[in-house]
Amino acid sequence: MVKMVISGNSASAYGSKLARAEVIAAYPITPQTSIIEKIASLVANGEFETQFVKVESEHSAMAACISASLTGARTYTASSSHGLLLMHEMLIWASGARTPVVMSNINRANGPPWSVWADQHDTMAQRDTGWMQIYCESNQEVLDSILMAYKVGESRDIMLPSMIIEDAFILSHTVEPVDMPDQSAVDDFLPAYDPEMKLDVDDPHGFGSLVMPEWYMEFRYKIAEAMDKTRDKLRDVQKDFESRFGRSYGGLMEFYECEDAEAVLVISGSVASTAKEVVDRMRSAGKKVGLARLRYFRPFPVDEVRWLAKNVNCIGIVDRSYCFGHGGPMAAEIYGALMPVADKPIVKNFIAGLGGRDLTPEVLERLYENMLAIRSGGVDMEIEWVDVKDGRGG
Amino acid sequence: MERRGAPVTAYTKIDDKKIRIKSSIYEPDFVIVMDQSLIKAVNVVAGLKDGGKVLVNTTKPPGELGFEPDITIYAVDATGIAINNRLGSKAAPIVNSAILGGFVKMSGIVSLDSLIESVKKNVPVKQEENAQAARDAYEGVV
Repeated sequence: MVKMVISGNSASAYGSKLARAEVIAAYPITPQTSIIEKIASLVANGEFETQFVKVESEHSAMAACISASLTGARTYTASSSHGLLLMHEMLIWASGARTPVVMSNINRANGPPWSVWADQHDTMAQRDTGWMQIYCESNQEVLDSILMAYKVGESRDIMLPSMIIEDAFILSHTVEPVDMPDQSAVDDFLPAYDPEMKLDVDDPHGFGSLVMPEWYMEFRYKIAEAMDKTRDKLRDVQKDFESRFGRSYGGLMEFYECEDAEAVLVISGSVASTAKEVVDRMRSAGKKVGLARLRYFRPFPVDEVRWLAKNVNCIGIVDRSYCFGHGGPMAAEIYGALMPVADKPIVKNFIAGLGGRDLTPEVLERLYENMLAIRSGGVDMEIEWVDVKDGRGG
Repeated sequence: MERRGAPVTAYTKIDDKKIRIKSSIYEPDFVIVMDQSLIKAVNVVAGLKDGGKVLVNTTKPPGELGFEPDITIYAVDATGIAINNRLGSKAAPIVNSAILGGFVKMSGIVSLDSLIESVKKNVPVKQEENAQAARDAYEGVV
């Protein structure tokens, strides 16, 4: 193992290399471009043996990954924002065809107005594509999550694709120390992809054919079943990873100082890292606050949310995107998961940090103070657009 | 990467502990200005801590850069040093190693020897020229 000081994008490229991805098809888009540049240079230097395919669009990138995956190859791609939106049709195809493609997506705002900065709208809009979604907090988690995603997705009882998600610039372009595991240790953890069925000229099969109405539902049900199984599977894979590499990330939802908390914020992505610092500061000032870091948006951590609601009666959800006509996407899912809980907690949805607006410790501390006030004084508003210059809140 | 040369702001945090706060820096100890034309475009000393220091890549002496007299300014001709050491082209010199030499002199947070060792290890090409640029800037800061 060596320690390297690298960006999230570099960690992504090394993750694909350590996983021995056999086919990589990608198209550049800011701020994902340096993943592709790094892979291209690793290939050019002879450090990484892979089929690196330059394609004409993100739609083609995903089509190439799906096709390669159907032949039994381990595949990887990366995109962001409008690139991911262009992939949307093929994302649904990837899960329908049961191809365990792994991709990195750099969370970047959608235009217009044009923006290249952090915002989760691009990935939240892919909620129903049948992909696992893992929101990362550090560059180390980016690298480790790629390795674990192949292991989970390629299990024969799963066979589903995964999206590893990092915030634009805050992770993608910020260099941090990253432990680079030995290739031999990764090879032991992650053997070669070996699907039950694949495209083979000597043993022809059809994939993605037409089915009549009497069988379509059964195919969809199989996906639903597999996605539900991923919850236990990814917990097992994380335990295995921890026993080999000594790092763990807390399953679908990581709880930080939640046990005795009077107020908790639910946050995903790199902002959760800043929030941990805020929790420590506030705890040392005698304020019982905690953080629930949502790592997986799909599969959704239903049991974890219900556990949280049984332990904490005041929960704020910080969404870095907005679902127009309703609310924050994380909040909507959490409220849904809370339905069967008898004693429902006080909840509030914060919309914050869209288009890369900085979420500082001071902003987060203010949200915690707001939740503590709500706990005794009642909810001031259901949805607050934090520090928005016109309209509600702030 | 598609638009090299556009003005950007970047932040570096240094600590012995794991750095968890991932927001921008609003009260810097040090500011590095890579191109003197940026002084007119943005307030580069906004939020500078008391006792903070500013390093500017410029051919002018610190007193002629138009800052308030209570701000500690250092100047180094990193562009000239990069050109002298044939780093990049005359039109687009690569000033990174030179500016680091100037920064190490100004801040004293690591030794020149440590910087030289790191430049030689991490710069992909022209290691000696980059190391020399760092040395020249270290000596050339005013």
